[in-house]
Amino acid sequence: MKKLVVIGAGMASGRALEHLFETDPEAYEVTLFNAEARGNYNRIMLSPVLSGEKSYAEIVTHDEAWYRANKVTCRFGEHVVKIDRDRKVVVGEAGEVLYDKLIIATGSAPFIIPVEGRELPGVITYRDLDDTEAMIAAAGQPGANAVVIGGGLLGLEAAAGLRLRGMNVTVLHLMGHLMERQLDESAGYLLLKDLERRGIKVMTGASTKAILGKDKVDAVVLEDGTVLDADLVVMAVGIRPETRLATDAHLEVGRGVVVDAQMQTSDPDIHAVGECVEFDGALFGLVAPLYDQAKVLAKSLLGEVDAYAPKELSTKLKVTGCDLFSAGDFAEGPEREDIVLRDPSRGIYKRLVIEGDRLVGAVLYGDTADGSWYFGLIRDGTDIDDMRETLIFGPGFQGGASADPLSAVAALPPEAEICGCNGVCKGKITEAITGGAKDLTAVRATTKASASCGTCTGLVEQVLQVTLGGDFQMPGAQPICACCDLTHEDLRRLIKLKALKSQPAVWQELGWKTPNGCHVCRPALNFYLLADWPLEYQDDPMSRFVNERNHANIQKDGTFSVVPRMWGGLTNPNELRAIADAAEKYKVPTVKVTGGQRIDLLGVRKEDLPAIWTDLNSAGLVSGHAYSKGLRTVKTCVGTDHCRFGTQDSTGLGVKLEQILWGSWTPHKVKLGVSGCPRNCAESTCKDVGIICVDSGYQVSVAGAAGMELKETERLADVASEAEAIDLTVAFVQLYRENAKYLDRPYKWVAKVGLDWVKARVVDDLDERAALIERFEVSQSIYRKDPWAVPAREAGERSRYAPLADLTLEAAE
Amino acid sequence: MSWIDIAAVADIPLRGARVVKTKLGCVAVFRTDEAEVYAVSDTCPHKGGPLSDGLVHDRKVTCPLHNWVFSLETGEAQGADEGRIETFAARVENGRVLLDGTALGRRTAA
Repeated sequence: MKKLVVIGAGMASGRALEHLFETDPEAYEVTLFNAEARGNYNRIMLSPVLSGEKSYAEIVTHDEAWYRANKVTCRFGEHVVKIDRDRKVVVGEAGEVLYDKLIIATGSAPFIIPVEGRELPGVITYRDLDDTEAMIAAAGQPGANAVVIGGGLLGLEAAAGLRLRGMNVTVLHLMGHLMERQLDESAGYLLLKDLERRGIKVMTGASTKAILGKDKVDAVVLEDGTVLDADLVVMAVGIRPETRLATDAHLEVGRGVVVDAQMQTSDPDIHAVGECVEFDGALFGLVAPLYDQAKVLAKSLLGEVDAYAPKELSTKLKVTGCDLFSAGDFAEGPEREDIVLRDPSRGIYKRLVIEGDRLVGAVLYGDTADGSWYFGLIRDGTDIDDMRETLIFGPGFQGGASADPLSAVAALPPEAEICGCNGVCKGKITEAITGGAKDLTAVRATTKASASCGTCTGLVEQVLQVTLGGDFQMPGAQPICACCDLTHEDLRRLIKLKALKSQPAVWQELGWKTPNGCHVCRPALNFYLLADWPLEYQDDPMSRFVNERNHANIQKDGTFSVVPRMWGGLTNPNELRAIADAAEKYKVPTVKVTGGQRIDLLGVRKEDLPAIWTDLNSAGLVSGHAYSKGLRTVKTCVGTDHCRFGTQDSTGLGVKLEQILWGSWTPHKVKLGVSGCPRNCAESTCKDVGIICVDSGYQVSVAGAAGMELKETERLADVASEAEAIDLTVAFVQLYRENAKYLDRPYKWVAKVGLDWVKARVVDDLDERAALIERFEVSQSIYRKDPWAVPAREAGERSRYAPLADLTLEAAE
Repeated sequence: MSWIDIAAVADIPLRGARVVKTKLGCVAVFRTDEAEVYAVSDTCPHKGGPLSDGLVHDRKVTCPLHNWVFSLETGEAQGADEGRIETFAARVENGRVLLDGTALGRRTAA
């Protein structure tokens, strides 16, 4: 067997040995030297080890068993003294080894800036596990200060890890912006802001003059005279190939050990791989090319033909929470064109650099999801001319953000998904359109696109417009459904105007084209009628969606979830005991605390619903309406009762509001929040109505959202008394009930009518406010009741939840 | 055919449904008008939603899970969706709902 000696157990040589043993385990007898007293581990995962997110054991790539199985003679912790090419011998500190083939994989050495004090204890580099452990040890002393010299990839990972370990960290960077090799200035700026938010101090344009200290490091002095206290100094300014052994052996060495495309050095029996090599004038510091080299090297050693060809590289920063991606070349140039997208509110920056018809560089910050797609375009030199206009939006163009959304939609390929809910692609929609579906309703009916959550409605309309051209009128308003020609707004107006007080009256008077509507218009109509005529109109459960009919939320397997109301999030041992008992008695598989401060019992069988309600009712628990287009919850914080910051009794106000509003039906669900101080622990500012208590009273705000869209509430008014805060809330909810389109949350409705219109009625016009409150009370005289109580009490209602008959008990004939 | 008396038609809400358990699964009995009933499989072929909990309109039902619409007369899915639910003979006589025991028996024996 031929003898192979490997100097250096890094990621490149480790991968090369893997390939070698996989292809031909009997080809070589291997001796592996490593200056570190351990074998191969995943060096790029040192950052998570430093930050504490991983342990050393988790990043070991080859353990003792692996070396044993492959009969590798390990000489770990032993430095190689020299290579004797004449005798084909490697001289280690503990003796010589003969080789037939030799691999130099000595990696790189950290660059130490030649300043005074660089030898002091406490000044370390960041290359291996020993460095990492030294940093972790230094971070152990409370309040310790670290100075990281170098704001590149490695330095920032060190800084982030040390900060997570609790150190006060300052990063010194010589250049004007961080990671200047991978990032442009704008992305560098966003990164700096992100790091500062994490409590890391960054000084750019900072040149280190000296490191001070007597027995150990004390401080760092900059050229401008600034002195920074330091218990630890990490030098992370760069690396250089470790070439000393190769140079001493008179191999050809430039900046690194020079190799050809077979990873062979100037000596045919000596190969080199990894960060120590120089190929075609280039050096390598990232792992992807090292792995490519390792593969080629293994083949060369087995006499197979392959050639290493460098590829484009991409970088991702391994700092948890910093989303950063860069690939290719993004320097500005006369032939180059930039496409930039900025979203300051979300901290997003995207920049694409185009040369001719090719993408040559990409920098993404804040949203790197499309990184690999851009990287593919750069690597493959794809002609992007057709996609130029939409390129910045990524492969799954989302719509709405482009200056010319139509051309963006036109550019989408047929297989691009338009409707995510129903999995409908553009091709299917255009097919339907050419097949005769000339408007949104028809497209919905034939393809289901935009028939579920509706967020893609705009996109579907754009596909219609692109496909039909001048034949398509972008509709101003859509009819409710195919049953009628009316919009929701028309319907609401005509119900009031013509005093239509039953569903058949509406169907008849307003020309319904179907006998009794459909699943789209019936729930809307039922709501409009009960909101406008609470005393005259009889609520129709059969026009309600299953959840509102069964007073529970249907789950995917046909079981239901049961959520008892907890007023303002308050509960007591008695209620909790009743919930626990019910969960056990009805074998509830999942019990979950909801975001609305109550408890969800999930997986209750339909036939058990009346019984579980009876049990909960007897402990005083009523329906939480967690299933309704109606008042859901009033989330509160503990307010003045317990909190040292509370300014008013927020819990008490929340309970009062919930007791007034519960049971009321609304166009869509309504959620409230009451916070006892501006710290806003009840998250009131994203609710439909949010109240923040302050010393001087109550800030009532409305029209927030925290679902498919995210929106902060807008201030309705500031009032001094609790009673007035309640009045404003009730009047607002009633105005919403009387005017909004079914399934519009308050924020959508307010966006349509305008906050000023709402204020004029609810805040300024006191008569109108009082009238709204009065009409709400009239409605509540009917609807403020527990829907669980009736089936829980009445056998007739209860039977609705049970099978009509059971034929399984009879023998088949 | 052998008609089985199941229940009073008033036991099923107008534009609603009730379930009849059979050996191989649930059958939903829909009441679409004062004295008009349909019996079909209770299980939506899409994701198994309980059709008896759906909204009834005309002679159709909308599945409560994902809004698939089925004709109660033919069992065929409407619009873009493709699928079919099994239908069974059912009628109303003197205010009573009758189902075809032979069909359900076949189903039971199948």
